[in-house]
Order: sequence, then C-alpha cells, then structure tokens
Amino acid sequence: MKTSGDPITRLDGPAKTTGAARYAGDQALPGQLHAVLVPSTIPAGRVTGIDARAALATPGVVRVLTASDMTRVHPDLDKITCPPLATRFLPMQGDQVLYEGQPVAIVLAERLEPAEAAAAAIRVCYQRDAFTPPETAPAEPPDPAKGDYSKSSAVTFQKGDAAAAIAAAPVRLAARYTQPSRHANPMEPSAILAAWEGDRLTVYDAVQHLPAVQGALAAVFGLGADKVRVVSPHTGGGFGAKAFIWPHEILTAMAARVVGRPVKLALSRQHMHAMVGPQPQMTHDLELGARPDGRLAGLTHATANITSVTDDYVEFGAIPSRAFYACDNITTDHRVRRGHVTLPTFMRSPWDGPGSWALGSAMDELARRLGVDPLDLRLANHADTDPESGQPWSSKKLREAYEEGARRFGWRERPRGGTRDGHWRIGCGMADCSQGQARFHSTARVRLAAEGAAVVESSFCDIGTGPATVFAQVAAEALGLDPRQVTVRSGDTDLPYSGPTYGSGTTLSTGAAVQRAAERVRGRLAALAGWAPEETTMREGRITRANESRTIQEVLGAAGLPELSSDGAFDLPGGAPVDMGEAGAPARTFGAIFVEVGVDPELGLLRLRRAVGAYSAGRILNPRTARSQMIGGIIWGWGMAAMEASHYEPKLGRWLSKDLAGVAIPVNADIPPEIEVAFVEEFDARSGPLGAKGIGELGATGVAAAVANAVYDAIGIRVRDLPITPDKLLAA
Amino acid sequence: MCPEETRFSARCLVRLTVNGQSHELEVEPRVTLLDLLRERLQLTGAKKGCNRGECGACTVLLDGRRVNACLVLAASAEGCAVTTVEGLAQDGRLHPVQQAFIEHDAFQCGFCTSGQIMSALACITEGHTGSNAEIREWMSGNLCRCAAYPQIAEAVAAAARDMSASEAA
Ligand code: FES
Ligand code: FES
Repeated sequence: MKTSGDPITRLDGPAKTTGAARYAGDQALPGQLHAVLVPSTIPAGRVTGIDARAALATPGVVRVLTASDMTRVHPDLDKITCPPLATRFLPMQGDQVLYEGQPVAIVLAERLEPAEAAAAAIRVCYQRDAFTPPETAPAEPPDPAKGDYSKSSAVTFQKGDAAAAIAAAPVRLAARYTQPSRHANPMEPSAILAAWEGDRLTVYDAVQHLPAVQGALAAVFGLGADKVRVVSPHTGGGFGAKAFIWPHEILTAMAARVVGRPVKLALSRQHMHAMVGPQPQMTHDLELGARPDGRLAGLTHATANITSVTDDYVEFGAIPSRAFYACDNITTDHRVRRGHVTLPTFMRSPWDGPGSWALGSAMDELARRLGVDPLDLRLANHADTDPESGQPWSSKKLREAYEEGARRFGWRERPRGGTRDGHWRIGCGMADCSQGQARFHSTARVRLAAEGAAVVESSFCDIGTGPATVFAQVAAEALGLDPRQVTVRSGDTDLPYSGPTYGSGTTLSTGAAVQRAAERVRGRLAALAGWAPEETTMREGRITRANESRTIQEVLGAAGLPELSSDGAFDLPGGAPVDMGEAGAPARTFGAIFVEVGVDPELGLLRLRRAVGAYSAGRILNPRTARSQMIGGIIWGWGMAAMEASHYEPKLGRWLSKDLAGVAIPVNADIPPEIEVAFVEEFDARSGPLGAKGIGELGATGVAAAVANAVYDAIGIRVRDLPITPDKLLAA
Repeated sequence: MCPEETRFSARCLVRLTVNGQSHELEVEPRVTLLDLLRERLQLTGAKKGCNRGECGACTVLLDGRRVNACLVLAASAEGCAVTTVEGLAQDGRLHPVQQAFIEHDAFQCGFCTSGQIMSALACITEGHTGSNAEIREWMSGNLCRCAAYPQIAEAVAAAARDMSASEAA
C-alpha cells in the first residue's frame, strides 16, 4: 500500500473545523490569574517610579509586579545560545528601557477585564534618554559578542575578484533595493499559561519548538530540563514569530512562581508588536557585471538590516547571491544598524526571501539591459553546483521546474508588456525561488497494537503545515496501514524529542525519525513471526512473506505482547542539533514563480491576475497539503510585494501602527483563484531517507521580485523599494 | 477606588442561548460576548486575534447574523441566540461547511477557521455566493495569515452548492 504521496485530507480537520483544537490561549487551569503587561511608553531611558495604587484598588486585581518583585535569572541561562533564546535582554530585571513597549510591570487579576483596566491605570515615571532610530543609524559589521545570530552563516564571503570582474564586464548594473520591516502577525497572538507544582513547571505555550522552550525555562530557574514540561498541541501560525523564546514567556513563568498560582498571558495584537520582533527593514546594494551572452562575470551584494541595541540580529539577505547563479567572482557582506527597537527576528522566508527580492529584481534589470528574456538569462546562469562551495547539490531539478512553470504559464507566448484590458495595463514577470534547507536532529516513537492501530509519538508542534497528517502517512506506509488507523500524539515535551517547526526542516527530519521507528516496529514484528524483515511486506493489518501471511494480532498474540514499540532517530553527523545538508552535498529547494499583474496607471492600483509556481523540492509526501502551503507562500510573497510595511516612527521611537487595520495584509478579495502550483518529480536521497525536502518557506521567495518585474513590464516603472504601493506607481 | 471603576464592576444579568442551550449569567457591563464565550462558558472555538474587529477570528452568529464577538458587549446580547462553531455539527455529523473546509483544505493552522466557517455559513445564507469574486469580497472580513484564501473561496462555493441541493431535496 502506498500512502505517502497520497493527497489525503488533514487528519486534524475535524478538530480544527469544530473548535475542538485547543491553542495556548484556550487553556485554563483552576485558580489561574490573568496577566496584562504594562508597556513602556518611551523607547529609551529608565523607570524612576511606578504608581500602582489605583490599579491595586481595582476589584479583582491580585498583584502588580514590578522589576523588584521578579526573581533574577539563573546563570544557567548564559549557557543557552541566542537563538533559540530570542534575546539576551530580559525586561524587568532592572530599570532600563531599551525599546518602546518593553514591559515595566505586570498586572495579575482574577479576571481579564480588571487586569486590563488596572494596567491602563498604572502611572509610570521615566527618565528619558536620547534614542536612536535604527533605520538612520550607521551600518556596522555585526559584533559576535552581541548574541549568536551573526554566527548562523558567513557574514562576509569572497570568491575571486568581483570588483575587478564587474569593472571589466561589458554590461554592468548597480542598484539599491530596499524593504521595510514587516511583522509576521500570525492570527494567534502569542499566549502562555504557566503553572508551578513545587519546583516543577508546566507551560501551555504557542511555540514552534517545544524542547527549546523547555531548555530555556529550565535554565532561567536553574532547574533540570526534566522539571519543565511544555505543552503545545496546536500553534495558531508561527511564521518565525514563535520560533524562539521571547521575554514574555520567561516573565509569565516568573510571575507564576512569585504569586504561587497559575498565570495566563495572552498578548494583545499591540503588545505582540513590542514583545516579538519583525523581519527587519533592510537595504541591498547590488552590482552585477555580465558578458554579452548574459553569463555573470562578477556579483557583489551588501546588505544592512536594522537591529536592536541589545543583540545583533543579522538578516543574511545576500545569501542568494552566493547560491542562485554560477559566477566565479562573488563578494557578499552583511551589516547591521542598531537602534531602540524590539529585536528583529526570522520571518518566513528568512534570508532567501529578502535576498531573492533584490537579486531577482537585479537579474530582470540586467535582462532588459542585455535584451534577453529573463528566463533565458536564468538558464544561461544556471548553477550546476553550489557557487559558494563548488560542491554538487544534494539534488536539483530547476531546469525541469523552469520548463514546467513556463509551459503552464504560457511564458513564451505571454502578451506583450503593457497590453490593455480596460483600464488595466497587463505585465508579466518571473523570478527564481530558492530556500536553504535546514535539517534537525529528531526522534519519534511508533507503537503498534494488536488490532492493527498505530500511534506515532514525538514532541513536534503543529503550526499548520500538516505534520500530524504527513507523519501518519509515513508510519502507515511502513506498516501497511490506512493513515486513519494511525493516531499522532505530539505537542508535549513528555514525548520523544523532535526538532523545530521552522527552517523548512520538520518533514525531512522528524518524518525520517518516524519512518525509522515504524520500520523498526516492522522488523521486530517480522522477527517475532520468525521471518527476515527484508523478505516481508505489510498490508491491511497483515505481515506477509512469499505466500505465507499472518495478521498482526496473530503474531503479537503468539508472542503474548499487547503491542510493539520502537524508537527511531534522525541523527546528524557529529551529533549536531542542526545542519544545512549532508557534508559535501549542500541542500536547497528551487523553483520559479511566474506572475501576471494588472496596473491601473491613473489610480496607481496593482492587482494580481494569476500566478504559476513550479518547484524542485524533493519528494512531496502529501500533494494536497503541499499545494496549500505553496499557495500560502505565494500569497505571503504578494503581501511583501504589494502591501506590507511596519514603519518605525522616528520622532516617537515606536511602531506607527500596531494592529491589523493600519498595516495591510492580504485578504481574500486580493487573491484570484488562478494560482497554480506544480512540483517536478524528485527524490533527494542525500538530504534524508524520505527523499523529501522542506517547502514551508520556498513559496514566499522570489514573489516580490516577480511582481516588481511584472510591474515594470506593464508600465515601465521600476520600483526598487517595497511594498509597491500606489504612491510609488503614481510618483514615478 | 475611582467612580469609573465602580461603574464597570457593577453587574448585570444576561440571559441568552448559546448553541441552543440557555444561560443566565451575571457579568460586568464591559465584558464582551467573546470573553463571555471563552472565559465564562469555556467555548474557546471563537478566537481572539485582535479584539477590535479587524480580523474576524471571533465571528459568531447573533440571531443568525454574523458579528465580531469582540465588538459585541455581552450585556447587549440579552435575549439573543448565539451560534458558535461548536454548535454546528449535529450528532457527530459535520455541517456541510465544515466538511467543505476539510475537503478543500481551506485551513492550515486552524486559528482563523472557526471564524471563517461561521462567516462562510452567513455568507451562504445571505446569498453572497453568486460568483468567486462575490464570495471573496464577502469573506474579506476574515483574515487568514496562512493564506488559505483560494481554498476558502472554493469551500464556500462547494458548501453553497451542497446546501442548496439538500434544501431542494
Ligand atoms: S478578535 Fe474580533 S475581529 Fe479580531
Ligand atoms: S488557517 Fe492559519 S490563519 Fe487561517
């Protein structure tokens, strides 16, 4: 029976369509208190006094916690790297204020309403300091002492002599591309419920990696990890915003300890903007030199992104320039601009999302300058091996994806740019999609019961990517069951360790662990039957060798066992927790996005008319959920291209809008039904035993460039500053 | 204590039915219908995505009309019938809208889904399913950051067909 690869519907469908699925904020415990944060109203300075009298007089209010009430973090926390700790700076450990919205007090009340009213009644006095708006701060090299983000990739990279090659090239292009800060705005604002029993802590939390939260909270209190349990069956969207451990999680666990009662904190959309960072505003400076046939002679890409004054978050946006195209002379560099703002963070799609916007736009400009089709320019520069290391890719079928995408879109037959449809001028554009592939150490347990039902257990979390469905399919395939006979238990650190749900690495990593565990169970069942495992197959609750066949029940019954259970692991070389592919076989996903837009030049309106994405992303385990994920990514990219921007107000030192009204994100009316997704047949055996790779972020790469390129095609205006809003189309 | 606070913490009695079951509750006048459902009745299907009418995650039916429960004061729902996503399935059988959402893969994380489904049901009964464009327009008060939009529009169209077919039968 082949069940991986089938487009089955989501197994958590009934739970999610009936309201039965419980998210962190849906949890409640007897005796719990509701917490509301009191945010700082200044971006820099010190708290000099807090008047909580009115708040404390509010009926229902139990405590108002300020810095002096909080426990100090245990030195163990210094051993946790940052990430997964989001930031080294923890509010309410002193009186310092380093960004607007930073919590300076916490109100705890029996009910939510008095907690909210009391938080508004607290008067805070500050001594203000001068603050630095990050966007205009000088661009400086990252400081390796300011957190560990700058160590996640090479800050600078040099191969050959890019400057000389560009200077000598007959066709040259130099341009700056910019993009604003963007907040992930998952529909579920972060929430956490923390409860202590003696020295044991349980938290119900909205996360993308349970064991990381467990480890960090244990370190905060100097406890063993076994003393902390994290429960998170469903997370209401993450997109990076819940990938790491942010201060509100630590503060809530501390508050619960101080008052000796369970404490629940559900961040408001406004507090979410202060407590969890955005993808940072950044600039890209690109220079390209090409030969007359279009082949790149030299490429330089330098970025600068905003960060906080406390940690250096580096958005490695120049990575595409050392990964997308064959070129002998490449220089990349990353810098940061430090200011008084919440620390930015990873957001779908980190690094390659920003970088593919800049590089994908520059390649289009170069194609125009050369007078060649942008797709042909890509084909001329196809990277057969990884340009950075010179090593062969784990697998890559980009040429097939180009062909499939172009065929479905009708790229070669597309209407001439600027063709009219009523008021609308039509334009088409394309760009490369690609995302680096992370792999994570993961484990899982599979239990097979006599009646032929199986259980998969692993501590992974469900953020909507469908792991509970796909892993049931993987186990079902190994055990010859229907996926509906497989129950998946996840979202609890009492279960075997799973890697995170980010970096597009869950399916590949945890899925491989599930597969190994299931195969072991099958092997043990075969051994019990007295058969060599490799000679057996399993189907419909039976194990078969040649023309002998026995039911699972018969084999387990004869052995006197109620069930068989095995653990499986996906281990990385050297026992590493994470890598970016097998040594000598760098792993990436690839693809191309083709879009058709309409532009109304009189009103400056921009509309998506249709899109085709074609991808080389390894084996697809469930085409139905995979298609949804790619469509979601393309729409995420449309938001980046045409709508999303969080602006830092430089006079007040705060985000201008902290809601879903002042920051536009795509709605249903923005998105036409004509979005097509195709995957080329591929099995990437070098990335993992499933042959699969990650797709969570791939879909959102390249889209902004394809849209900007289509806008140019439609009306001849090149927008190099995202998002492409009417003002920019009218001002040009 | 300031007089304002006294006013807010006064109690009023609210009688309403939720998913066919009648309730009589004493609430502060400032309590929203959403918080009443979630915190008092433990009906956590309706979600709080913004608490100010921007996202639709809290959509429920109030006397058959879709509303953002975060913008409705519980006290003003006196005598009303509220339907939440928990009230749709009958005897363990999913409602056609719920079924259509599963068939068309119209959700990922599921956080917006309760609101989408309640809004979809209203969109269908309002008769706003004449075309894909009409559905998208009338479903635009419900944000989905996972961006399942095309599948949501497909699911609404399919459920509308289903429901009119079973009405005709
Ligand atoms: S929570 Fe009510 S509209 Fe967002
Ligand atoms: S399914 Fe995640 S927000 Fe809609």
